Amino acid sequence: MSALLSLRDVWVEYGDKIVLERVDLDVEAGSFVSVIGPSGAGKSSLLRLILGQEAPTRGTILLDGVPLAPECGPDRGVVFQRYSVFPHLSALRNTVFGLECEKAPFSARLFGAARRAATEEAVEMLRAVGLGDSLDLYPAQMSGGMQQRLAIAQALIKRPRILLLDEPFGALDPGIRADMHALITRLWRDYALTIIMVTHDIREAFGLGTRVLALDKRRHDRQAPHRFGATAVYDLPLRRDADGPPAEDVRKIEERIGHE
Amino acid sequence: MRWVNRQVRRSDRVLLGSLPILLLVLLYLFLAAQRHAANPADKILPLPSGMAEGISALLFQPDQLTGKLLFWADTLASLERLGLGLGIATLAALLVGLVLGVLPPVRATFGPLVTGIAVIPPIALLPILFIALGLGETAKVALIVIGIAPVMVRDIAAHVAALPREQIVKAQTLGASSWQIMIRVALPQAMPRLLHAMRLALGPAWVFLISAEAIASDVGLGYRIFLVRRYLAMDVIIPYVAWIAVLAILMDVALTYLSRRLFPWAHGASH
Repeated sequence: MSALLSLRDVWVEYGDKIVLERVDLDVEAGSFVSVIGPSGAGKSSLLRLILGQEAPTRGTILLDGVPLAPECGPDRGVVFQRYSVFPHLSALRNTVFGLECEKAPFSARLFGAARRAATEEAVEMLRAVGLGDSLDLYPAQMSGGMQQRLAIAQALIKRPRILLLDEPFGALDPGIRADMHALITRLWRDYALTIIMVTHDIREAFGLGTRVLALDKRRHDRQAPHRFGATAVYDLPLRRDADGPPAEDVRKIEERIGHE
Repeated sequence: MRWVNRQVRRSDRVLLGSLPILLLVLLYLFLAAQRHAANPADKILPLPSGMAEGISALLFQPDQLTGKLLFWADTLASLERLGLGLGIATLAALLVGLVLGVLPPVRATFGPLVTGIAVIPPIALLPILFIALGLGETAKVALIVIGIAPVMVRDIAAHVAALPREQIVKAQTLGASSWQIMIRVALPQAMPRLLHAMRLALGPAWVFLISAEAIASDVGLGYRIFLVRRYLAMDVIIPYVAWIAVLAILMDVALTYLSRRLFPWAHGASH
């Protein structure tokens, strides 16, 4: 199987600070990649690269074998920790937004039959994430968990090739977080998604992913710590049907990148 | 209990709020009565009866020259100028502010110009306006527009530019173009801020209106005040100033109400 997303010798530098160095990565369609690592190890930089928010300083990124434009596009969906939904739109309008943008380039609004069809699709999507009863609520009236559900529905309605999650459950209570884990696992299966998730939580990374990527610096220079960037120090494929992650691997990674 | 924790009930708030106003009115009446006891013809601090007399002439008796009821003619003329000035400035703030806020190249190009215009004291431009546009309505409206628009433009631009980056990125991943982000993401979120900017601009707008009317006009609230000043007609000036205050408060309340009514999502979780 050829890779859906490939990073080839990718470097990210800000001035003389090297954030990522020599990142080589292939992500297969249908995989759920968890990215972990200490703060400042370039997890978010990696996500921004794939998202197109930033261009790599060196190296190439291919999506379906085509070089990625350094701009966000509808083939890559995203859910951030916060601010992913539009506060001035109800849940339903938030979800319809993606369809409106595609089908009405000038007015960004749909009318008549097209509007009914789009609304129907959005309602179905909102039901799938468990917001079927909250169509007319505004984000400010929703809990943090509901807002993240909405952000997921909003992204999935565009059927993105890759769904990027940037610490999506980091701000949620533990109970809600468990519900969200179940939800994202179900959606990943039902919609055959390819997911790349950045997280602080090692347990979450192993619990959800089919593959865990740990970013860290390979080399340290005491005099100039910023001159070495991070790269993938561990890259572990996991079997979802196994009973829990291999304890040995979790221990090794915890030792290496520590708890936060 | 600490004072920072003392909450005032709604009914008590009305009472407390009206107390200083009542005290000021009482103080005025006391001083006015004192002056009138010494000199019944005093013009500096007129009694309410004197003010009623002075203003009723403007309210009910048509002016001999124009045949108009001057109070209403003044009010209408001033509100028209204020409305036009505020309207044009608001429209400019929305259009320019939105484009400046959303599109970095436009901000880089025109941002310094807007800042430059904003730091010029508008009254210093008044002679230029009078020379260029004549002494008619255009110059007065233009003064209001030049006086308040740059601040409003900068406010809207800053507000739009401060929208979370995540929202703009998210919109792009949903397939939105620059134009669609402008009209569907930035514009609706700029609207409550625009009404807020209008409220804040009302004060300066009145200042520029009164200034323009004081210098060259033949009708208007500011014109009347500066005209009757020559006769020490405090019995007209004070009711006019009170009337201007009432108009300003009404506009402020209307804008607040409008914002809550039209954009409930911008006013807290409870709606």
